[in-house]
Amino acid sequence: MSNSHRRLPEDPQIRALVNMMSSRSMSRRSMLGAAGALGLTGLLAACGTGGTGTGGSKAPAPSVEDLSESEKTVNWANWTLYLDYDDAKKNYPTLQKFTKETGIKVSYSEDIDGNDTYYGKVQGQLSAGQDIGKDIFTLTDWMASRMIRQGYTQELDHANIPNISNLLPNLQNVDFDPGRKHSLTWQSGYAGIAWNKKKFPKGLRNVSDLWDPALKGRVTVLDEMRDTMGLLMLDNGVDIAGSWGDNEFGAALDVLRDNIDNGQIRQVKGNSYKEDFISGDAIAGIVWSGDLTQLNFENDDQWEFVLPEAGGTLWSDNLMVPVAAKHKTNAEKLMNFYYDPAIAAEVAAYVNYICPVAGAREEMEKIDPELVENHLIFPSEEDLTKAHVIRTLNADEEMNFSSEFQSAIGV
Amino acid sequence: MSSPVMTKEGKVRDLRSKEEIRAERRKGRTGVYLVLPGLLVLVLFFALPVVVLLAMSLYTRPPGAEIGQFVPALQFSNYATVLGAYWPELMRSFGFALIATTLALIIGYPMAYLVAVRLRERKLLQGILLVLLIAPFFSSFILRTQSWKQILADEGFVAQTLKAVGLLASDGHLTATAFAVVAGLTYNFLPFMVLPIYANLERLDTRLLEAAGDLYASPLTTFRKVTLPLSAPGVFAGTLLTFIPAAGDYVNAALLGNNRNTTMIGQVIDSRFFRVIDYPGAAALSFVLMVSILILVTVYIRKFGTKDLM
Repeated sequence: MSNSHRRLPEDPQIRALVNMMSSRSMSRRSMLGAAGALGLTGLLAACGTGGTGTGGSKAPAPSVEDLSESEKTVNWANWTLYLDYDDAKKNYPTLQKFTKETGIKVSYSEDIDGNDTYYGKVQGQLSAGQDIGKDIFTLTDWMASRMIRQGYTQELDHANIPNISNLLPNLQNVDFDPGRKHSLTWQSGYAGIAWNKKKFPKGLRNVSDLWDPALKGRVTVLDEMRDTMGLLMLDNGVDIAGSWGDNEFGAALDVLRDNIDNGQIRQVKGNSYKEDFISGDAIAGIVWSGDLTQLNFENDDQWEFVLPEAGGTLWSDNLMVPVAAKHKTNAEKLMNFYYDPAIAAEVAAYVNYICPVAGAREEMEKIDPELVENHLIFPSEEDLTKAHVIRTLNADEEMNFSSEFQSAIGV
Repeated sequence: MSSPVMTKEGKVRDLRSKEEIRAERRKGRTGVYLVLPGLLVLVLFFALPVVVLLAMSLYTRPPGAEIGQFVPALQFSNYATVLGAYWPELMRSFGFALIATTLALIIGYPMAYLVAVRLRERKLLQGILLVLLIAPFFSSFILRTQSWKQILADEGFVAQTLKAVGLLASDGHLTATAFAVVAGLTYNFLPFMVLPIYANLERLDTRLLEAAGDLYASPLTTFRKVTLPLSAPGVFAGTLLTFIPAAGDYVNAALLGNNRNTTMIGQVIDSRFFRVIDYPGAAALSFVLMVSILILVTVYIRKFGTKDLM
């Protein structure tokens, strides 16, 4: 009883009452703290839009000096788990090979965890024509389209990328980058449907099968608008590569909204849906092919992935050189390196996405013959007829559709 | 001061030597210098961002303009638009935060009392419990929330038990519900409630409790008339420290909620900013949130922040 008593003031009650008054200043401080935290959002906003507001849709093309000759480095921003990695040696074998062959050091970073968030991060600097410290970034078709349209990328010199001839024919001319002047496919993948084989033995054939009462509250769909809406529109018989518009989008959105409102769809998620599949909260859903391959690999083949009969979406991630990047030639050499079929096969064996390089299939025979038959890496003709690429949206459509989609999924 | 010698004070000042005046000035200036860094930080990281935020909230996007391209304007309708669309989420955020704060108080007060008063004699146990209280801070906020998802999962122990005793419908679930979000908020902000109350109760003079007993106060009356009023500053600080971050939180709702009836305003701001690239909309919502919290907290302080707290 002694310690605490000695510390107490003589007239504790009165002091305490006075303390109560002083707590006002405390709360004021905490108020400022909270407001300060909110203020940071403002700062973010300021960063995000630095240099907009001036009009003119293209960024000023800065004259960049290519330092590739003097600085033998290249900085590459990519997504997580998207390059062959040696767990034992803690390095990327193909990158080591590249450095050995060319003497160019690669600083590889898994910086990208979402197209939108990455755009939010770098847009301010890019629009001001500043170097973002990366010589290659890897973004999905629609975001690549936006970056190229806004003039945030440098034109590639195909003379430095002779292996570009290995690019699969169906990827050579994309509507956002005819002739592949600014971008080169890294990997492709599908969005389709998947289910837990044990808990839902009936299986799925089409997106509408997800609305089976037996799956109530156990369905997850992707928060990537183009994939979820693409699949829903395909289910409605819409040609998503064609000239669809507000009506088709609206009809599919109604289906989505209804199934969220009646509790059929439990959650709309990005990559984190994988955890729900593992925990069993989700039994079926609209998912990405590569994720499923990986999940099955780690959890004894519990799930099955198919492209719906009405079709699934095909997306690609693209390598691009950002505006003001200082090592463009080195970046092109790196692209060329990964378009060597042997190297491409090595990467494909690890990442399990669709390999865009012709000849990689033959090389795969030497690495892992089993993977040659894997349709998620080397799709058949039939698979490809079922896979559709959603058409490019213009800026107004992109704003409106994503706004409507976000409000349908409740955020 | 070099102003004309008119006031009494000024005349007195003139009687001092130049050295004295200079020393005096230097002293005054030192004070200013000491405050300067703080002021600078406040201007740079608080005042300026708020102004930018306010300006951005009034920007507009010309039709056909590029994504993320906005021009300065005074478009006050931005506020009407976002408020019209996201009024329910704003209200829900305050509702959830209020429930979580109340729950945290109900759970947290006894915890703080136990550690601070009851275990005062047993220093070791007190120390251990105190460490346990702070322990959650050692692990990541996201990870802790993520693990709640596993705890509450359909196939998990909690949901299965509740189903077995009939408290949860056989096709019901715990994750992706408002219950999970409020539970997550309560859990995550509990230490912010407990620690201020603990700090307050730790100084509680137990002789006062004995005195109350001597004066024939029942334990309940003693608590109501003595303990609670004395710990009121802690309760006051705790509720604010819980309510304010909880109202703006979006991690719990994103990880434990669904897409129907658990969306909180933080999620909406995130989505407007990063997904839709609607910077003015996101800024307007942030500003609305900031002002609403400011008003709520001011009212709270005015009403309870003085002697008449109890």
